[in-house]
Amino acid sequence: MNDAMISTLEQRFAGTSSSEFRGQMRVVLRREHVFAALMWLKDAQGFDLLVDVTCVDYLNYRGAADRFGVVYLIANTETSQRLTVRVFLGEDDLTLPSVVSLWKGADWLEREVYDMFGIIFTNHGDLRRILMPDEFTAFPLRKDYPLQGRGERHNFPVLSRDRS
Amino acid sequence: MPLAVADNRDLAHDESQDFVWTLNFGPQHPATHTTLRIVMKLEGERVIDAMPDIGYLHSGFEKIGEHLDYNQYVTVTDRMNYISPLANNIAWHGAVEKLLGIEVTARCKYTRVILAELARISDHLVCNGAMGLDTGAFTFFLYAFNQREVLYDIFETLCGARFTNSYTRVGGASQDFTPLVIEKIRAFLRNFPKTLDDMDRLLKRNRIFHDRTKGVGILTREEATGRSCTGPVARASGVTRDLRKDEPYLAYADFDFQVPCMKTGDCFARYWVRMEEMRESLKIVAQALDNLPGGPINVGIDERTALPDKRQVYQTIEGLISHFELTMTNRGFTVPCEETYAATEAPNGELGFYLVGDGSDRAYRARCRPPSFVHFAVFPHLIRGHTLSDVVAVLGSLNIIAAELDR
Amino acid sequence: MAKGGVRVAVELPENVVVSKLDQLASWCRKNSLWPMPFATACCGIELMATGASKHDLARFGAEVFRFSPRQCDLMIVAGRVVMKMLPVLQRIWSQMPEPKWCISMGACASTGGIFDTYCVVQGIDRFIPVDMYVPGCPPRPEQLIQSIIDLQDIIQREGTVTGEEFSTAQRQMTKRALMELPVIQQGPGTGFAVPRSGVGV
Repeated sequence: MNDAMISTLEQRFAGTSSSEFRGQMRVVLRREHVFAALMWLKDAQGFDLLVDVTCVDYLNYRGAADRFGVVYLIANTETSQRLTVRVFLGEDDLTLPSVVSLWKGADWLEREVYDMFGIIFTNHGDLRRILMPDEFTAFPLRKDYPLQGRGERHNFPVLSRDRS
Repeated sequence: MPLAVADNRDLAHDESQDFVWTLNFGPQHPATHTTLRIVMKLEGERVIDAMPDIGYLHSGFEKIGEHLDYNQYVTVTDRMNYISPLANNIAWHGAVEKLLGIEVTARCKYTRVILAELARISDHLVCNGAMGLDTGAFTFFLYAFNQREVLYDIFETLCGARFTNSYTRVGGASQDFTPLVIEKIRAFLRNFPKTLDDMDRLLKRNRIFHDRTKGVGILTREEATGRSCTGPVARASGVTRDLRKDEPYLAYADFDFQVPCMKTGDCFARYWVRMEEMRESLKIVAQALDNLPGGPINVGIDERTALPDKRQVYQTIEGLISHFELTMTNRGFTVPCEETYAATEAPNGELGFYLVGDGSDRAYRARCRPPSFVHFAVFPHLIRGHTLSDVVAVLGSLNIIAAELDR
Repeated sequence: MAKGGVRVAVELPENVVVSKLDQLASWCRKNSLWPMPFATACCGIELMATGASKHDLARFGAEVFRFSPRQCDLMIVAGRVVMKMLPVLQRIWSQMPEPKWCISMGACASTGGIFDTYCVVQGIDRFIPVDMYVPGCPPRPEQLIQSIIDLQDIIQREGTVTGEEFSTAQRQMTKRALMELPVIQQGPGTGFAVPRSGVGV
């Protein structure tokens, strides 16, 4: 079933490639096919659980062509089958269609990806920062953002005994 | 400001809003279990909308994961879901070993199973205890915490830390089980069922507890899957998925245990599923202890993956070289330039790590799939239409751990 | 006997203790500490364990955990404090009435601990005054109990019956543990800019 599904996926959506590592099936989709392919996987193949949405910044990664890779981990609760769906985004266009209409669980996961990497999910409806303060302007999990930050963590007034 | 967003949100009955008032809940409030903030729209005492605002404990765990090596990062995972640190340790090193392609020894698998189940018990004790506390049963909480101290004692005997254990290592563990540890676990297995029965009796027929939890915060089966819920939260709604059964990792395939499920999906169901899971965990621990395999706990020294123990380091040249190379930068593990996701059934749900290796001994990306984060996203859906006093019951039943929520 | 002193020749009964009013006031203060648990992370669980049955903080006169800062005089900051939480911490601290003390529990609250990252405040003492630091990650309940006992000693030694030392900052300079660090300015390139509106990069 797995191979049949992958080959169907490759036929229906041009430019899809698949690979396997340590028993984990992975497909790489082209950006324009993401939503349609995920919808097909959910409705026709029974992948009813969106496990995670995350992103990787391939800034210094060996042999990486595009800067960002968004990862969807989906699973089928009936057959315990899992699939990793990846899509690569260049730095010039960081938009992807949101999958909230397919899985409601994507809401916060996509917000976190936006907060940490600045990927814009269109049609999300409520795409705000979730973990960082609203005034924050950087995207902290990008590789060009330093671990210790840029001094934001100490940008507060000091409260001393005589003032409190 | 989130408050402004809450104000701008289009509510169902938008035309006459003068009876609606906004209540800020948290971020520093005892019943929010550490640091959560919820901005609620109330109509009298009824919650018509809730807007969670999180990030009050966001500490950059995933960023640190890119700067610490595979053995060091285990200390950070301790502080992730801090009421069951061992479960996080095991999830993290399970993912690392999958990426590195290491098969741990049989004894290591069994010890990890035992500790994961003890961690599950300690997690559920806090969760249910705090839920009892929030709904007015203080004694219940004290019963739960008393047994946690026994578990702390076991962990302390095992690895020297009562709370943040950092127990696992790549390809093994920091310490092997000693006879004293096994004896203490056996004593716990003997004594704990009695406390569990006592706890059960305290709340099982308690009218107040039933009234406050039954029919409150109902999550249907379809909603549970659609909103990515896993673990006890999903199982209380009738989803039978349990990674220990469905994708047996470690040695879970060897044991005979049940997966407790409920269909009602309310707060009481989540409470009940956790209580029953503790009994099942006890069964697993007992079986694993009885069949604990002998042999080493770490993979062999020739494989150059697990840190050798101190006796080997000081007394053999292989041990010394192996230890030296593993702790030196860029001489340690051979890591493929690949990406893996490995998940375990943590007490709270599916806890997985998405790891990207880039050949060096640090992860290129260490993404944690946090169950609390996913479950807290369900909260507004659960609380809508209930009263303000149900907020604590729903929060308690979801077991939101802020450090795992915000990381 | 000093000049002008009065010779006392009264025999005191056993149940009468002679003390200074200042010491009496401090004695009352130290034995009725009402802690405000500002528990954010892992240390909060140890704080709960300290209050629970095995360690039982009630034995040392500091068990009345009150969750409203207006009723408390001892803030126990347990766990790391991050960028988003610090304004909340400062607000809660300023809501507490004098006299008040602060215990920084654990490595994260005291120094940032292992979390030397972009969002964790590297020690709350940069932003609020701290009287007592408890090392450990997390500290054992015994350590927290010891720190409360030590704080009680400090409270016993200073303090007057009028409580005037709590109203002027000058008198408190000696126990002020505040590190005055330069506050990094806002501006371009610091990550913090003018608050923006709406969604977008």
